Amino acid sequence: MTEKAAKSDNLQSPARQSFLVLDHLEKRFGDLLVTADLSLSVERSEIVALLGPSGSGKTTVLRLVAGFETPDSGRVLAEGEDVTRLPPERRRFGMVFQHYALFPHLDVGENVAFGLEARGMPRAEVERRVAETLAAVDLAGFERRRIGEISGGQQQRVALARALAPQPRVLLLDEPLSNLDPTLRERTRRELKRIIRRVGITTLFVTHEQDEAFDLGDRVAVLSAGRLEQVGRPEELYEEPATRFVATFVGRSSVLAATWEPARGGALLPAGAVWRAAGGDGFAPGAAVDLVVRPEGLKVSPGPEPGALAGEISGRRYAGREAFFDVALDGGTTVELLGETDAGKSGDRVFVVPDPDGPPPRVFPRAKE
Amino acid sequence: MSGALLALLLAWLVCYPLLLTVREALAAPGWSLKYFAEFLHRPDEWQALWASLWISLATVALAAAIGVPLAFLFERADFPGRRILGTLIALPVVLPPLVGVVAFLFLYGESGFFARAVQAVSGSKEPPWRLEGAPAILLVHAYSMYVYFYLFTRAGLARLDNAYLEAAAALGAGPARILARVTLPLLRPALAGAALLTFMTSLSSFSAPYLFGGTFRVMTTQIVFSRLNGDNEMAMVETTTLAALALAGLFLLQRSERKREVAGAIRGTPPARRRLARGGAVAAAGWLLAVFLLLPHLTLLLVSFVPPGTWTVEPLPPVLALTNWASVLSQPERLRPIVNSLWMAAAATALALALGFCAAWLAVRRRSAWRGPLETLVAIPWALPGTVFAVALAATFSRNAPWAGRFVLVGTAAILPIGYLVRNLPLTGRAAFAGLRQLDPSLDEAGASLGAGPWRRFRRVALPLLRPALVAGASLAFITALGDFVVSIVLYTFDTRPISIEILSSLHMQDTGAAAAYGVLLAALSAAAFLAWGRREQPL
Repeated sequence: MTEKAAKSDNLQSPARQSFLVLDHLEKRFGDLLVTADLSLSVERSEIVALLGPSGSGKTTVLRLVAGFETPDSGRVLAEGEDVTRLPPERRRFGMVFQHYALFPHLDVGENVAFGLEARGMPRAEVERRVAETLAAVDLAGFERRRIGEISGGQQQRVALARALAPQPRVLLLDEPLSNLDPTLRERTRRELKRIIRRVGITTLFVTHEQDEAFDLGDRVAVLSAGRLEQVGRPEELYEEPATRFVATFVGRSSVLAATWEPARGGALLPAGAVWRAAGGDGFAPGAAVDLVVRPEGLKVSPGPEPGALAGEISGRRYAGREAFFDVALDGGTTVELLGETDAGKSGDRVFVVPDPDGPPPRVFPRAKE
Repeated sequence: MSGALLALLLAWLVCYPLLLTVREALAAPGWSLKYFAEFLHRPDEWQALWASLWISLATVALAAAIGVPLAFLFERADFPGRRILGTLIALPVVLPPLVGVVAFLFLYGESGFFARAVQAVSGSKEPPWRLEGAPAILLVHAYSMYVYFYLFTRAGLARLDNAYLEAAAALGAGPARILARVTLPLLRPALAGAALLTFMTSLSSFSAPYLFGGTFRVMTTQIVFSRLNGDNEMAMVETTTLAALALAGLFLLQRSERKREVAGAIRGTPPARRRLARGGAVAAAGWLLAVFLLLPHLTLLLVSFVPPGTWTVEPLPPVLALTNWASVLSQPERLRPIVNSLWMAAAATALALALGFCAAWLAVRRRSAWRGPLETLVAIPWALPGTVFAVALAATFSRNAPWAGRFVLVGTAAILPIGYLVRNLPLTGRAAFAGLRQLDPSLDEAGASLGAGPWRRFRRVALPLLRPALVAGASLAFITALGDFVVSIVLYTFDTRPISIEILSSLHMQDTGAAAAYGVLLAALSAAAFLAWGRREQPL
């Protein structure tokens, strides 16, 4: 204990502090860099979501942690132990696969017992533990059912029970809900969260759905093209996105091309309007930038005023108390804003300004086309 | 590393004998085209080559003419007894070719049941016909190979999405137009597959040309007779030519198909079966057909109960007894071929299974750098007639040159199992490759993440899931080896003679009863192996 405490005091290697550490992982498939210098620490009992579009390399990260792939460089540490070279069967990490990978020739009970038997547990103990774990996922008494006989949601819970039964130190989930139809997905997500919380297991899970990541993850790690863009609580990602990718991938947003003119008070838009914006420090005056703005950061202005951009409402989506409006600005860009339901109708000429009560527009380097 | 070693072993078994054959055809010790030139100048060689080709093409046409309509009948119509009949008429495919040929001989031959019946009615002393030459060969081929078209077309029809047919009907197409413009084009891959299989099987066919051919020779029989006449170099040239013909046929047929792949014909629901208006009549006709198709084998069974010398001129055998069976099953010398066939087929199957599985495992699971060569090596024997391999093995393993990978195995008990093994490789190998490819790799990963080591994962996850595919491949391999005649006739010795050779020598000694008993035994053992496969193949 003291040794561990001493290690965690060592601020030079934060790697030693956390329960699960991904330390400068790098992986190439041929010429393709699928994981680029990725470092991430997960605390004990924490749930971290790996969020990214398809092809971002998030599943590869999970497979590197599980041991199905070996990194070209970098390490994976669990409880301070370097497991990088350990085969998957000796890592004591449980995994739920995207398509569950339940053994079709074994029944539900035999599937859940598989990991316990592999550890040489006595028969009676295995049966007790299987019953216990199945009860924990609300499938008590399902032992002798065949895999083909149970529903998709039940298969998902069997996969979870199978992964949890050997009491692994880390739980890995690969798109655990993507195989379920939308109506079932939300309910299963709540159940999944409840079970993981109750077990208190350190969890890393992969998803491309922002809702899932924000709901299940204590923290969310956003990946793009094999790189870690940002790690943080959902609020941090939404309110203070570190990169243009995070700003546009997480939550809804519109992008406006602008020039950074700190002397004139912010970002200069093509129509001559100047908008105050956050995140401009470090840009040289006159730099070409992208202005990323949330729908609730914009509003419809009653008339022409300084900083207002003229345009025409090209679409409206009713959303209860408010409505989303697509506004085709005169320069050709379309922005999305959230406004009162009676703020306008399709075809209306309107003026768009930043909403001082909403999140400010953020400045990012101009994206290369 | 292990991939390279296995590829080397397979190359030694499969490619090396073929290369040596080509080498010997090119006139050892020097290099010359002398024997090829001689081959080209002999009209009988040209005739055999041409005969092989046209017999094979005619067989494809005949087999399609029988198999395709049968498939439509059994897949699209419903009538009493459809299911059991549908299975029965697929039976000829699992029976050894030699057994079918002998059965035909007893039924339609010049002293068979039909000829005797005609003689009894007409009072003539002369047999009304002789079952020989090209028509006899084609008859046997059509009888045994329509099954490929029948099975492939049925499978294709079962997968055909009814939506295509309904779409065509909604667009105003009548039944004939739908058949010509939608159904048949979508069935093309299945029909092409059946045509390829039929062509290759017919080109390799040996039993029928050997027993019915007489002076009419095809390449397979020409090779064996050249060897019997001691014309070894000519046999090598003929073998090389036949191999080239087979490869050319395979290449052309596959290439013509690759150009027009039809996509999307797979999922969906096939159309409902139509209850036929005159179901009773169709059923009766179907049963008559089944009896007709099974008649040769029933004849074989009957003849096996005819004691030697008791049946001379009567239209039906006057005496039936267990004499033949008693002698076949009790005399050690007559039991020996049965024992030989069983152990040699079992050994060859076990080895072929092990090699095929290792090749598939290394190629599919381990992604060995040698995966391409491994898969090709395992498949090569499928593309070449058994006679080619038999002659190649005989040439390779009749000389002792250990440094060149050659040993004297001809004349030993090892050579026949090796011959069967080479011919079985595609069957077990293809089953293993297909099985492993269908096995979701994440199942193995799931096992690993649950703490199971490689051996435990293999035993508890991979093996149980692969078992149906492996059992299917192994039973087909066992049936093929058990009934083999082509390889055996080139490589057997008196001590290692298998059942097929014993059938042949019984026929030569006019002991038709014993030949029939052996034939029934062979058919029964094959059917048993086939059923063992069917029973194990339970849906997951």
